[in-house]
Amino acid sequence: MRLVIMDVSPQVAEWAAKYVRRKILDFKPGPDKYFTLGLPTGSTPLGMYKKLIEFVKSGTVSFKYVKTFNMDEYVALERSHPESYHSFMWENFFKHIDIIPENAQVLDGNAPDLEKECREYEDKIKAAGGIQLFVGGIGPDGHIAFNEPGSSLVSRTRVKTLAQETIDANSRFFGGDLSKVPKQALTVGVGTVMDAKEVMILITGAHKAFALHKAIEEGVSHMWTVSAFQQHPAAIFVCDEDATNELRVRTVKYFKGAERSLHAHTGALLRAWKLWYLC
Amino acid sequence: MPAAPPPKTCLLQFRNCRILRDHKIYRDDLWVRAGKIINPEKIFFDERIVADIQVDCNNSILTPGFIDAQINGACGVDFSDVDSDVTEGVSTVAKHLLEHGVTSFCPTVITSPPESYHKILPQIKRSQGGAEGAGVLGVHLEGPFISKAKKGAHPEVYICDLENGFSDLVDMYGNLDQVSVVTLAPEYPRSEEVIKECVSRGITVSVGHSMANLVQGEEAVCQGAGFITHLFNAMLPFHHRDPHLVGLLTSERIPKDRTIFYGLISDGIHTHPAALRIAHRVHPDGLVLVTDAMRAMGLPEGTYSFGKQSVDIKGKTATLTGTDTLAGSIARMDVCVRHFAKSTSCGNVLALEAASLHPAQMLGITKSKGTLDFNTDADFILLDDSLQVRATYIAGQQVWVADDVTLRETSLQEA
Repeated sequence: MRLVIMDVSPQVAEWAAKYVRRKILDFKPGPDKYFTLGLPTGSTPLGMYKKLIEFVKSGTVSFKYVKTFNMDEYVALERSHPESYHSFMWENFFKHIDIIPENAQVLDGNAPDLEKECREYEDKIKAAGGIQLFVGGIGPDGHIAFNEPGSSLVSRTRVKTLAQETIDANSRFFGGDLSKVPKQALTVGVGTVMDAKEVMILITGAHKAFALHKAIEEGVSHMWTVSAFQQHPAAIFVCDEDATNELRVRTVKYFKGAERSLHAHTGALLRAWKLWYLC
Repeated sequence: MPAAPPPKTCLLQFRNCRILRDHKIYRDDLWVRAGKIINPEKIFFDERIVADIQVDCNNSILTPGFIDAQINGACGVDFSDVDSDVTEGVSTVAKHLLEHGVTSFCPTVITSPPESYHKILPQIKRSQGGAEGAGVLGVHLEGPFISKAKKGAHPEVYICDLENGFSDLVDMYGNLDQVSVVTLAPEYPRSEEVIKECVSRGITVSVGHSMANLVQGEEAVCQGAGFITHLFNAMLPFHHRDPHLVGLLTSERIPKDRTIFYGLISDGIHTHPAALRIAHRVHPDGLVLVTDAMRAMGLPEGTYSFGKQSVDIKGKTATLTGTDTLAGSIARMDVCVRHFAKSTSCGNVLALEAASLHPAQMLGITKSKGTLDFNTDADFILLDDSLQVRATYIAGQQVWVADDVTLRETSLQEA
């Protein structure tokens, strides 16, 4: 597991976007070889999307041969509702890039048979050859996608009832009317994300600091679902300084040192380092 | 020359533009198919296809096409000239208006005798518009039920009252099917029932060429009148003890769910910039720019004889030969928009909406015209930052383009 600590959140966004770009370019995707990317919604990844759009516009990366799979979507929320994840992805990412529409997959929370929709989503991921890189954010309670505290760590894509806390927090997006807030969501499981070749988790802000502490400094726990990725063979946590507030000094020092030595000893990573810091 | 029209089902994506939608100008693409503006998110997630053709708009402002609710003629054509071929005249003007950014208009007929209406009106039909010219939204009948004291350039001899109520309109005009707006003076007895009947038939009633006081104006609005014909012109002036029709802009008797619209001739001649500013500041939502242009619009400078009149055209003005008397407006709509934006510093959004959204609201046609909302007609124009019209589109088809403009089209299907 890597922990990359940047000074402030815009640097997290940029680092993440550059990492995604690097992975796509290294993969050398083409008509017979699509790069597969798992994507989150939310405020943390928004900056990453902005950067990726810049990269597409300046021609340094293309999504023409990329297939994307979003993590989750509300159940029974009109797709055109501004809070739907379809709307989020369209407005903030898809409309600005050159992805082929049929390659942008988002779970359909209005499907007549939700369980079938979830099964088929897993099948689609499998058919695409699995996810090369899954990008995620986390909630203050340490959940990844809608895998709320208590979710099974081997879970697959399924219907999930939202925690009351999440529903209450979401009411602000629905005019404060709790009756309008979706109570269920479709979400990839922790196991689905674990299957990805690489996982990159973005964490910014002091309000996520305790979740980051639980995610990496304590044992794996289904009450902090993101902690499962301690056991992933290639997981990267990218955070800003604020998000490290609850970490031990020793932990921060260790990972900062580890990043430094990575840069010093690996030619490939050194080139990447130049990209991160000099671009 | 405008490009050859793409097939009707072609999916068009206008890119690299700033669009006017929801009272904001922001960077976004406009998607068009089968003549309508469509929601690209639906295309993306439902149909999962890309555009057939992408059009690079060169960073233009993309805004709904202008709508002129009051225009008497242009290019030597006078819609009220009973001896001319009015159908052909409307076509001539319709074609000419494209380069002004006007995508639809209301040909306006001034006070005439009944036999003229019976001859002229059957010659003007509503039309969608296209490469052949701007669309016709129905006729604006300005008179003859107006005040003799405020006749302006209307021939006094044909002016009538409304003694017999609505039947006077039917007798005077004949068939009202192609009529969108009627300007009348609300001080005539029985005007209220006439207004009610017109409104029930979907005709907008405008008050103007009138001696009405504010109370009479308010009564007319309460009965359904929705427009004021060329504010300040041909009405009693604002007075602090009776503000007359001008007072409608701040009247508290206007029903809360309604907006009173008013026409402004912002040609730099007919309405003083200070008057434009007053109107704009007290009631921006009702502001409708009209050209009120007469047949000399679009003609080069010189002396012309129109019927019995001889008119000198010089610069922005048309005067009766040898006098300073204004013969009418010769302003183009795009000129009016720029003059208004400059005079009032109102910003581009309002100046553009005053020539598109507001006239559409006034005419009750926002479901199809005057906005860039999804499922409305793809009538729009491209403008540069100084609001010069660069290209005009009707139903998604390019119908006019400035000589020095090249809009690069990319076919994605071939690529």
